[in-house]
Amino acid sequence: MLDLDPGEYGLYVWTAYGLSAAGLAWLAASSLAFARRWRRRAESLETRAAGEDGEGGRP
Amino acid sequence: MTQALAFLYNPHRFMAFSAWAAPLLGALALGLAAAGLWLGFTAPEDYQQGDTVRIMFIHVPAAWLGLFVYLCLGGASFLSLVFRQALADAAARAAAPLGAVFTGLALATGSLWGKPMWGAWWVWDARLTSVFVLFLFYLAYMTLRAAIDDEAKGARAAAILALVGLVNIPVVHWSVEWWNTLHQGRTVFAAGGSRAASVFLVPLLLMSLSYMAGFGSLWLVRIRGEVWRRRAAAAEARLAR
Repeated sequence: MLDLDPGEYGLYVWTAYGLSAAGLAWLAASSLAFARRWRRRAESLETRAAGEDGEGGRP
Repeated sequence: MTQALAFLYNPHRFMAFSAWAAPLLGALALGLAAAGLWLGFTAPEDYQQGDTVRIMFIHVPAAWLGLFVYLCLGGASFLSLVFRQALADAAARAAAPLGAVFTGLALATGSLWGKPMWGAWWVWDARLTSVFVLFLFYLAYMTLRAAIDDEAKGARAAAILALVGLVNIPVVHWSVEWWNTLHQGRTVFAAGGSRAASVFLVPLLLMSLSYMAGFGSLWLVRIRGEVWRRRAAAAEARLAR
């Protein structure tokens, strides 16, 4: 049976689970944001660089 | 072996592989965590530790991952330093914050388990101290990389530091046998088999696999971010010419 009442140890158990959930959620969010931010920046810069290379190549 | 790992050296192949592997591992981590938490909270109280035994299901996986991620950091640093693999350097850099968080969580949840069981938030015994040193190595690695402006020099210095820190891994692992510690001895991988009852061992192993899959997923995501960051720097250099 599901037991979600840690009784006298509730403060310790739920603080440990809360900290872990917060830490892992922050890790996931920051990792995804890091990858997304640099992907957007790289794509934008590569598009600009490709455009300038194209212009430079014209006679 | 080299052939089998060759696809990871190639950034294009790595990006194609990680595009499907990262979400797959993430989904696996969530599924395993759901099963592990369900079994963890339907397990009976421990006869000695009462409900605090449930902290074990998040404390032990975090501690194992803290060690495992450092081995990954050390391995990637070795490949980066000796074979000049750019992707290995990206992998090392990406692993450090993940390992720091897992080790920090192991210390915090251990403290929350120690207070009701030992009567103290912290003791300077060999296991706790060596894990704290591991945490400091992660922080030092990240600080060193951030402190040196020349990225190549910073990467080399941090890789050497990471290799030096590998010395601490066996100390953490065997600290409970080399010294008398307040921390309990090896339980799951004890000589002669696990000393934990299966009702606790199964949710513990499920949660550990969940943490491992979660690490795999986030590591791939962060390495992808590193590859994009370096591509952005290369494009910026082209534009500046």
